[in-house]
Amino acid sequence: MSKNIKLISIVLFTLFSFFVLLKGLDKSNIYSPKIKESNIDFNFKAKYLFSEEEVFLNELLNNEGMSLINIWASWCLPCRNEHAYLLNLKSLNKLSIIGINYKDDEKNAKQFLIELGNPYTNIITDPRGINSIELGAFGVPETYLVDNKSKSIIQKFIGPLDDEAFAKLTKIIQ
Amino acid sequence: MKKIKILFKLLIIFLFLQNYSLAENSQEVDKISKNLRCLICQGQSVYDSQSDFALSMKILIQNKIDEGKNDEQIYEYLKAKYGEWIVYDPEINKNTILLWVLPLILFVFGSILIFRKVSIK
Repeated sequence: MSKNIKLISIVLFTLFSFFVLLKGLDKSNIYSPKIKESNIDFNFKAKYLFSEEEVFLNELLNNEGMSLINIWASWCLPCRNEHAYLLNLKSLNKLSIIGINYKDDEKNAKQFLIELGNPYTNIITDPRGINSIELGAFGVPETYLVDNKSKSIIQKFIGPLDDEAFAKLTKIIQ
Repeated sequence: MKKIKILFKLLIIFLFLQNYSLAENSQEVDKISKNLRCLICQGQSVYDSQSDFALSMKILIQNKIDEGKNDEQIYEYLKAKYGEWIVYDPEINKNTILLWVLPLILFVFGSILIFRKVSIK
Protein backbone atom coordinates (compact mmCIF):
# COMPACT_ATOMS: atom_id res chain seq x y z
CA MET A 1 0.00 0.00 0.00
CA SER A 2 2.65 2.49 1.06
CA LYS A 3 4.70 1.39 -1.93
CA ASN A 4 1.81 2.38 -4.17
CA ILE A 5 1.54 5.78 -2.58
CA LYS A 6 5.24 6.31 -3.06
CA LEU A 7 5.01 5.34 -6.72
CA ILE A 8 1.98 7.52 -7.36
CA SER A 9 3.54 10.52 -5.66
CA ILE A 10 6.73 10.10 -7.66
CA VAL A 11 4.77 9.88 -10.90
CA LEU A 12 2.68 12.90 -9.95
CA PHE A 13 5.75 14.89 -9.03
CA THR A 14 7.44 14.00 -12.33
CA LEU A 15 4.36 15.00 -14.29
CA PHE A 16 4.07 18.22 -12.33
CA SER A 17 7.71 19.13 -12.99
CA PHE A 18 7.29 18.22 -16.63
CA PHE A 19 4.37 20.58 -17.10
CA VAL A 20 6.01 23.39 -15.18
CA LEU A 21 9.05 23.14 -17.42
CA LEU A 22 6.90 22.77 -20.54
CA LYS A 23 5.06 25.93 -19.65
CA GLY A 24 8.35 27.68 -19.05
CA LEU A 25 9.34 26.98 -22.64
CA ASP A 26 6.55 29.17 -23.95
CA LYS A 27 7.53 32.07 -21.80
CA SER A 28 9.44 34.85 -23.51
CA ASN A 29 13.03 35.15 -22.41
CA ILE A 30 12.96 38.91 -22.36
CA TYR A 31 12.15 40.43 -19.03
CA SER A 32 10.98 43.95 -19.36
CA PRO A 33 9.75 46.09 -16.48
CA LYS A 34 6.18 47.31 -16.57
CA ILE A 35 6.04 50.60 -18.38
CA LYS A 36 4.61 52.42 -15.40
CA GLU A 37 7.50 51.30 -13.23
CA SER A 38 10.19 52.20 -15.68
CA ASN A 39 11.53 55.65 -15.40
CA ILE A 40 12.70 56.85 -18.77
CA ASP A 41 14.52 60.08 -19.25
CA PHE A 42 14.50 61.44 -22.79
CA ASN A 43 16.81 64.19 -21.80
CA PHE A 44 20.01 63.11 -23.46
CA LYS A 45 22.06 64.58 -26.22
CA ALA A 46 22.74 62.82 -29.49
CA LYS A 47 24.18 63.69 -32.85
CA TYR A 48 21.98 63.85 -35.92
CA LEU A 49 22.71 61.32 -38.63
CA PHE A 50 24.25 62.96 -41.73
CA SER A 51 25.05 66.14 -39.81
CA GLU A 52 27.40 67.24 -37.07
CA GLU A 53 24.69 69.00 -35.09
CA GLU A 54 23.61 67.68 -31.75
CA VAL A 55 20.17 67.70 -30.24
CA PHE A 56 18.40 66.64 -27.06
CA LEU A 57 15.86 63.91 -27.72
CA ASN A 58 13.46 65.92 -25.56
CA GLU A 59 13.44 68.70 -28.11
CA LEU A 60 12.32 66.32 -30.82
CA LEU A 61 9.29 65.34 -28.75
CA ASN A 62 7.93 68.86 -28.59
CA ASN A 63 4.80 68.91 -30.71
CA GLU A 64 1.35 67.78 -29.63
CA GLY A 65 0.37 64.17 -29.97
CA MET A 66 2.58 61.15 -30.09
CA SER A 67 5.94 60.15 -31.49
CA LEU A 68 7.35 56.84 -32.46
CA ILE A 69 10.94 56.14 -31.52
CA ASN A 70 12.50 53.37 -33.55
CA ILE A 71 15.94 51.94 -32.89
CA TRP A 72 17.46 50.52 -36.06
CA ALA A 73 20.69 49.71 -37.85
CA SER A 74 21.56 48.91 -41.42
CA TRP A 75 23.26 45.68 -40.33
CA CYS A 76 20.21 44.42 -38.53
CA LEU A 77 18.20 42.01 -40.62
CA PRO A 78 14.90 42.19 -38.72
CA CYS A 79 15.04 45.97 -39.20
CA ARG A 80 14.77 45.39 -42.91
CA ASN A 81 11.60 43.37 -42.41
CA GLU A 82 9.94 45.90 -40.17
CA HIS A 83 10.79 48.83 -42.42
CA ALA A 84 7.64 48.48 -44.50
CA TYR A 85 5.55 48.93 -41.36
CA LEU A 86 7.37 52.15 -40.55
CA LEU A 87 6.78 53.49 -44.06
CA ASN A 88 3.15 52.57 -43.67
CA LEU A 89 2.92 54.38 -40.37
CA LYS A 90 4.54 57.42 -41.91
CA SER A 91 1.96 57.50 -44.69
CA LEU A 92 -0.78 57.70 -42.05
CA ASN A 93 0.67 61.10 -41.16
CA LYS A 94 -0.40 60.85 -37.55
CA LEU A 95 2.91 60.94 -35.77
CA SER A 96 6.52 61.83 -36.20
CA ILE A 97 8.90 58.92 -36.36
CA ILE A 98 12.27 59.42 -34.73
CA GLY A 99 14.98 56.98 -35.72
CA ILE A 100 17.88 56.06 -33.51
CA ASN A 101 20.66 54.67 -35.64
CA TYR A 102 22.29 52.06 -33.43
CA LYS A 103 26.03 51.31 -33.73
CA ASP A 104 26.01 51.88 -37.42
CA ASP A 105 28.17 53.19 -40.21
CA GLU A 106 26.89 56.42 -41.72
CA LYS A 107 27.48 55.25 -45.26
CA ASN A 108 25.64 51.98 -44.76
CA ALA A 109 22.80 53.75 -43.02
CA LYS A 110 22.44 56.09 -45.98
CA GLN A 111 22.46 53.16 -48.39
CA PHE A 112 19.81 51.41 -46.31
CA LEU A 113 17.51 54.42 -46.43
CA ILE A 114 18.02 54.96 -50.16
CA GLU A 115 17.23 51.33 -50.80
CA LEU A 116 14.18 50.97 -48.57
CA GLY A 117 12.91 54.51 -48.16
CA ASN A 118 13.11 56.90 -45.24
CA PRO A 119 10.17 56.87 -42.84
CA TYR A 120 11.92 59.01 -40.24
CA THR A 121 11.21 62.63 -39.44
CA ASN A 122 14.49 62.88 -37.58
CA ILE A 123 17.33 60.46 -37.14
CA ILE A 124 19.80 60.64 -34.32
CA THR A 125 22.80 58.39 -33.86
CA ASP A 126 23.84 56.07 -31.12
CA PRO A 127 27.36 54.99 -32.10
CA ARG A 128 28.14 53.29 -28.81
CA GLY A 129 24.73 52.02 -27.80
CA ILE A 130 24.57 54.21 -24.73
CA ASN A 131 21.60 56.31 -25.74
CA SER A 132 19.53 53.20 -26.24
CA ILE A 133 20.31 52.15 -22.70
CA GLU A 134 19.02 55.52 -21.53
CA LEU A 135 15.73 54.46 -23.08
CA GLY A 136 15.89 51.06 -21.44
CA ALA A 137 16.39 49.25 -24.73
CA PHE A 138 17.84 45.79 -25.20
CA GLY A 139 19.09 46.17 -28.76
CA VAL A 140 17.80 46.49 -32.29
CA PRO A 141 15.12 46.70 -33.45
CA GLU A 142 13.00 48.25 -30.77
CA THR A 143 10.11 50.66 -31.05
CA TYR A 144 8.48 52.98 -28.53
CA LEU A 145 5.27 54.89 -28.83
CA VAL A 146 5.71 58.03 -26.78
CA ASP A 147 3.26 60.61 -25.60
CA ASN A 148 4.96 63.93 -26.33
CA LYS A 149 3.23 65.95 -23.67
CA SER A 150 3.77 63.73 -20.66
CA LYS A 151 7.03 62.34 -22.08
CA SER A 152 5.96 58.84 -21.21
CA ILE A 153 6.06 55.58 -23.08
CA ILE A 154 2.61 54.37 -24.08
CA GLN A 155 3.68 51.16 -25.74
CA LYS A 156 6.93 49.32 -26.16
CA PHE A 157 7.72 46.81 -28.89
CA ILE A 158 10.81 44.70 -28.35
CA GLY A 159 11.95 43.14 -31.60
CA PRO A 160 10.69 43.87 -35.10
CA LEU A 161 7.22 45.24 -35.71
CA ASP A 162 4.78 42.71 -37.10
CA ASP A 163 1.14 42.63 -38.16
CA GLU A 164 -0.02 42.40 -34.60
CA ALA A 165 2.12 45.30 -33.42
CA PHE A 166 1.11 47.37 -36.42
CA ALA A 167 -2.59 46.78 -35.74
CA LYS A 168 -2.07 47.75 -32.12
CA LEU A 169 -0.20 50.91 -33.09
CA THR A 170 -2.74 52.09 -35.63
CA LYS A 171 -5.51 51.45 -33.14
CA ILE A 172 -3.84 53.61 -30.51
CA ILE A 173 -2.96 56.51 -32.78
CA GLN A 174 -6.34 56.74 -34.44
CA MET B 1 72.95 55.05 -27.85
CA LYS B 2 72.52 55.79 -24.17
CA LYS B 3 69.99 58.44 -24.90
CA ILE B 4 67.98 56.04 -26.97
CA LYS B 5 68.07 53.53 -24.14
CA ILE B 6 66.81 56.08 -21.68
CA LEU B 7 64.14 57.18 -24.07
CA PHE B 8 63.12 53.59 -24.56
CA LYS B 9 62.89 53.03 -20.81
CA LEU B 10 60.85 56.16 -20.40
CA LEU B 11 58.53 54.99 -23.12
CA ILE B 12 58.02 51.67 -21.41
CA ILE B 13 57.37 53.34 -18.08
CA PHE B 14 54.91 55.65 -19.76
CA LEU B 15 53.10 52.77 -21.38
CA PHE B 16 52.92 50.93 -18.06
CA LEU B 17 51.51 53.96 -16.31
CA GLN B 18 48.78 54.23 -18.89
CA ASN B 19 47.94 50.57 -18.68
CA TYR B 20 47.88 50.75 -14.97
CA SER B 21 45.35 53.54 -14.90
CA LEU B 22 43.18 51.75 -17.43
CA ALA B 23 43.22 48.60 -15.38
CA GLU B 24 42.23 50.56 -12.31
CA ASN B 25 39.15 51.90 -14.01
CA SER B 26 38.03 48.71 -15.60
CA GLN B 27 38.33 46.87 -12.30
CA GLU B 28 35.53 49.00 -10.99
CA VAL B 29 33.53 48.33 -14.16
CA ASP B 30 34.20 44.60 -13.77
CA LYS B 31 33.00 44.65 -10.22
CA ILE B 32 29.72 46.32 -11.12
CA SER B 33 29.12 44.41 -14.33
CA LYS B 34 29.55 41.10 -12.52
CA ASN B 35 26.48 41.97 -10.49
CA LEU B 36 24.39 42.80 -13.53
CA ARG B 37 22.40 40.31 -15.52
CA CYS B 38 22.88 40.50 -19.27
CA LEU B 39 19.22 40.75 -20.17
CA ILE B 40 19.43 39.40 -23.68
CA CYS B 41 21.76 36.50 -22.97
CA GLN B 42 20.25 34.22 -20.39
CA GLY B 43 22.52 32.92 -17.71
CA GLN B 44 25.34 35.37 -18.26
CA SER B 45 26.37 38.48 -16.46
CA VAL B 46 27.14 41.69 -18.29
CA TYR B 47 30.76 41.05 -17.36
CA ASP B 48 30.80 37.66 -19.10
CA SER B 49 28.94 38.66 -22.20
CA GLN B 50 30.30 40.06 -25.42
CA SER B 51 26.89 40.96 -26.82
CA ASP B 52 26.25 44.48 -28.10
CA PHE B 53 24.04 45.15 -25.15
CA ALA B 54 26.69 44.13 -22.64
CA LEU B 55 29.46 46.05 -24.39
CA SER B 56 27.40 49.22 -24.37
CA MET B 57 26.50 48.62 -20.77
CA LYS B 58 30.18 48.47 -19.82
CA ILE B 59 30.85 51.76 -21.59
CA LEU B 60 27.89 53.29 -19.82
CA ILE B 61 29.09 52.06 -16.44
CA GLN B 62 32.52 53.55 -17.15
CA ASN B 63 30.88 56.86 -18.05
CA LYS B 64 28.85 56.86 -14.87
CA ILE B 65 31.95 56.16 -12.82
CA ASP B 66 33.71 59.02 -14.58
CA GLU B 67 30.76 61.22 -13.67
CA GLY B 68 31.45 60.35 -10.06
CA LYS B 69 28.54 58.04 -9.42
CA ASN B 70 29.06 55.26 -6.89
CA ASP B 71 28.03 51.60 -7.23
CA GLU B 72 24.72 52.04 -5.49
CA GLN B 73 23.72 54.96 -7.70
CA ILE B 74 24.57 53.02 -10.84
CA TYR B 75 22.52 50.02 -9.73
CA GLU B 76 19.59 52.29 -8.90
CA TYR B 77 19.89 54.02 -12.25
CA LEU B 78 19.80 50.72 -14.15
CA LYS B 79 17.01 49.32 -12.00
CA ALA B 80 14.89 52.33 -12.90
CA LYS B 81 15.39 51.57 -16.57
CA TYR B 82 15.33 47.79 -16.71
CA GLY B 83 13.64 46.80 -13.50
CA GLU B 84 14.69 44.70 -10.57
CA TRP B 85 15.66 41.82 -12.84
CA ILE B 86 18.90 43.39 -14.00
CA VAL B 87 20.68 43.03 -10.66
CA TYR B 88 21.70 39.69 -9.21
CA ASP B 89 20.29 40.68 -5.88
CA PRO B 90 16.57 40.13 -5.54
CA GLU B 91 14.86 42.43 -3.07
CA ILE B 92 12.61 40.90 -0.46
CA ASN B 93 9.06 41.45 -1.62
CA LYS B 94 5.85 39.56 -2.24
CA ASN B 95 7.25 37.75 -5.27
CA THR B 96 10.58 36.78 -3.81
CA ILE B 97 9.66 35.98 -0.22
CA LEU B 98 9.61 32.24 -0.97
CA LEU B 99 13.06 32.50 -2.48
CA TRP B 100 14.44 34.02 0.68
CA VAL B 101 12.50 31.99 3.21
CA LEU B 102 12.66 28.54 1.62
CA PRO B 103 16.34 27.87 2.44
CA LEU B 104 15.64 28.86 6.01
CA ILE B 105 12.67 26.51 6.21
CA LEU B 106 14.69 23.69 4.70
CA PHE B 107 17.48 24.35 7.15
CA VAL B 108 15.16 24.21 10.13
CA PHE B 109 13.41 21.14 8.74
CA GLY B 110 16.74 19.42 8.14
CA SER B 111 18.03 20.14 11.60
CA ILE B 112 14.82 18.80 13.12
CA LEU B 113 15.33 15.60 11.14
CA ILE B 114 18.92 15.28 12.33
CA PHE B 115 18.01 15.94 15.95
CA ARG B 116 15.30 13.32 15.85
CA LYS B 117 17.64 10.75 14.34
CA VAL B 118 20.30 11.49 16.91
CA SER B 119 17.94 11.41 19.87
CA ILE B 120 16.42 8.09 18.73
CA LYS B 121 19.85 6.53 18.83
